[in-house]
Amino acid sequence: MSTTAYDTDETLIASRPPPTPQGGVVHWLRTRLFSGPVNSVVSIVTLLVVVRLVWPVIDWALIQADWVGSSRADCTSDGACWVFISTRWSQIVYGFYPSAERWRVDIVLGLFFALIAWLVIPRLPGKKTAALMALIGLPIIAWVLLLGGMFGLPHVPTRAWGGLMLTLTIAAVGIVGSLPLGVVLALGRRSKMPFVRAICVIFIEFWRGVPLITVLFMSSVMLPLFVPANVEFDKLLRALIGIMLFWSAYMAEVVRSGLQAIDKGQGEAGAALGLGYWLRMRLIILPQALKLVIPGIVNTFIALFKDTSLVLIIGLFDVLSIIQAGLTDSDWLGFAIEGYVFAALVFWVFCFGMSRYSQIIERRLDTGHQH
Amino acid sequence: MIDTQHRPAATEEATPMVTISRLNKWYGDFHVLRDIDLSVARGERIVICGPSGSGKSTLIRCINHLEAHQQGEIVVSGIPMTNDVKRIEQIRRNVGMVFQHFNLFPHLTVLENCCLSPIWVQKKPRREAEKSAMEYLERVRIANQAHKYPGQLSGGQQQRVAIARALCMHPEVMLFDEPTSALDPEMIKEVLDVMIELAHEGMTMLCVTHEMGFARTVADRVIFMDEGQIVESAPPETFFNEPRSSRTREFLGQILGH
Repeated sequence: MSTTAYDTDETLIASRPPPTPQGGVVHWLRTRLFSGPVNSVVSIVTLLVVVRLVWPVIDWALIQADWVGSSRADCTSDGACWVFISTRWSQIVYGFYPSAERWRVDIVLGLFFALIAWLVIPRLPGKKTAALMALIGLPIIAWVLLLGGMFGLPHVPTRAWGGLMLTLTIAAVGIVGSLPLGVVLALGRRSKMPFVRAICVIFIEFWRGVPLITVLFMSSVMLPLFVPANVEFDKLLRALIGIMLFWSAYMAEVVRSGLQAIDKGQGEAGAALGLGYWLRMRLIILPQALKLVIPGIVNTFIALFKDTSLVLIIGLFDVLSIIQAGLTDSDWLGFAIEGYVFAALVFWVFCFGMSRYSQIIERRLDTGHQH
Repeated sequence: MIDTQHRPAATEEATPMVTISRLNKWYGDFHVLRDIDLSVARGERIVICGPSGSGKSTLIRCINHLEAHQQGEIVVSGIPMTNDVKRIEQIRRNVGMVFQHFNLFPHLTVLENCCLSPIWVQKKPRREAEKSAMEYLERVRIANQAHKYPGQLSGGQQQRVAIARALCMHPEVMLFDEPTSALDPEMIKEVLDVMIELAHEGMTMLCVTHEMGFARTVADRVIFMDEGQIVESAPPETFFNEPRSSRTREFLGQILGH
């Protein structure tokens, strides 16, 4: 009988490099799409179907389309006529904001996109400053510039606001307001103090149980009934408050699901180190919980962004309703498809952007571990 | 006895670090701690053992109020425990704790884990806190990993970081709640070595553990708990060689039997 000498040095197997992966497009095509006669047929048929469906869209939207012009007379081809959008471009962006004052909107939008770029591009330093600017600086600057009535700027009432600037204003206020409020509500709902907990539960369940449309109607129709006639409460402000409270209830439940996923030992370890409740939440629990629920938070942000278009029912003209209003222009009847496709594209760009940004954040915060 | 009363200078030495008297605790109807009396002298090292569910973890978790008790008194370092949050936090600052599952903060580096309490509770400047934390990490032989995240370390390394983190508050007492139970066998020694060093430096320690070798070499007193009571309390040689209670003998037979 020969002894297998597993324990001697000679039999130690030396480490070898892994087999080189076969790369290249051809290899990929052959293994994934054309690995056999049946698969090849399926691949080809699918490809044909996709081309058959997608090609007409591309043809209509890009190839056969009219891009330049200034009036309906320039819509000569069979495809889409984007002249409809380009002639109304300024209305789509600024709404009814007075032309002479539009530079104020430009500054705010410029700052808005610059701050977003600062936050998104990983190489740029000072993310904390950027976040502070976005959360505190920008809202104040936007408030002063857009509304005016101070520092010699003429007052522009909010009923003149509209289009993309209104959509972005509502979305930004909703997002920036609902997250912190949601965090507070989520903590309150888990509080050991019965009174605090009860208030948070009632608040969350009330706002979650009511459709957003109802909230907007109530803010615009019912609220004025309860305040004296001489007190004028801005319609946009009322809608903003309604939207913020409504979404904070959703946010609270998203955040609470994150809080529940954190091991009890984390809080105990913090307590054992002498940290009080608020420090434990701020330094230990919330950073981990919020990171866990980034997908849920962004999901809520995206829903919020898209639902800003519901303000059209209380007579505010967001980007969708201003395009829709343009469709009734007697010079431009019959361009509904262009209008709606463009509106969809605007919403998609912003929502997709948020989605990508959340993935960047998730990757940046990943410290590669479980606990 | 009379002598000590006439030496005021010795009171500091003579006051027990932790005094527990007539402690009772229930989980619902379940009587988990029954009439516990325990006094831990300054610098004393106590090992608590017993079958699972005997209340040993609950007992040491009462000492820093991670568990609230219903009856009885706990005095830690001269401060009587109440339900007042400020008082509890004051006691916790004097008591370091090491958990079975380490409970390091996974979103912070090793160094940040250690500096959290010094910076936020003791209000030390960051630089000073980091310097002192590095000294403790050096002592548990893990300073070279200071900038890694807990998830990148082995279990034994994580537990040593947890010990360093607790020491960074300069506690007067250290509580260990089964510190080696979640570790792979080859990592137990590195953690026990750190604990033995700590014991030799004169730290007051209460350890819930099944490491009887550790109890033999380090403990001043070994306590056996069963069904929420302290059944036996004796120096290790007496405890292991001539235990009084039959329940202790049975327990020792089970864990030392093979």
